[in-house]
Amino acid sequence: MPPRDEIFEKVRNALVDALGVDEDDVKPDATMVGDLGAESIDFLDIVFRLEKAFGIKIPRGELFPEDVLSSSEFVNNGKVNAAGIAALKSRMPFADLAKFEANPSVQNFANTLTVEDMVRYVQSKLAA
Amino acid sequence: MRWFWIDRFEEFVRGRSAVAVKNVSLAEEHLHDHFPGAALMPNSLVVEGMAQTAGLLVADAIEYNRRVVLAKVAAAEFHFDAVPGDCLRYRAEILDLKPAGSLTRVSSHIGDRIQGEAELFFAHLEPGEGVPRLFEPDELLRWLDQMHIYDIGRDQAGQPLARPDW
Repeated sequence: MPPRDEIFEKVRNALVDALGVDEDDVKPDATMVGDLGAESIDFLDIVFRLEKAFGIKIPRGELFPEDVLSSSEFVNNGKVNAAGIAALKSRMPFADLAKFEANPSVQNFANTLTVEDMVRYVQSKLAA
Repeated sequence: MRWFWIDRFEEFVRGRSAVAVKNVSLAEEHLHDHFPGAALMPNSLVVEGMAQTAGLLVADAIEYNRRVVLAKVAAAEFHFDAVPGDCLRYRAEILDLKPAGSLTRVSSHIGDRIQGEAELFFAHLEPGEGVPRLFEPDELLRWLDQMHIYDIGRDQAGQPLARPDW
């Protein structure tokens, strides 16, 4: 597997191209939505670019589990329930969900994913 | 009246690339005010022409089974303005195509100069995903005929494209 820095650099290039942000803004702790301004369509664009950059396949919903966040089974009154948290953890082992778990409002999820999560996700795909 | 921003295709290779032409004319009313005495084609309309060129290329590649919607204009850059009398050639290629979306690159040429370049990202939506039906089949077919797609279109093996029986 390529070293972490090399993966980060390629992820950063993908995000710069997809989101039109400055290279300097793409820091490991930057959140995808809050800091970098990613919208839902951007995630599809990012998926395309990561697949190309790393030669990996990213199934729909794996990077951004919109199906969990819009399911009545996993969401009650705008908050992800315990089963939903478990589903997110199992689907997104690469993401640090501790902060989200403290206040699991669906709206907050947008500010959960960070650039470092993207890097960890790619690492997990390359290791698979 | 529909929103036509290309005049016809000159090349069309299914699933791969296309070239469409747009002739800029002072007969287009919007140029009279943009700007009085110094007419130039807004680059936003150049992007629309690019999107129609690439969008039809993508829609054909997925057999018009989903609604192809321009979702994102990435990395657009323009080098000079198109003015009445210019003939724009839009060259589109598909960089990546998946069920949910496609990434294309389109450049706009006047003569041998590159007027503009953009990456256009299309979402492919299923019926019911919030976008109404964009075309009636017979209306779409009339447009494709008008664009000469089945006159000049080829598949990647070089065979003529069959006109669909809608």
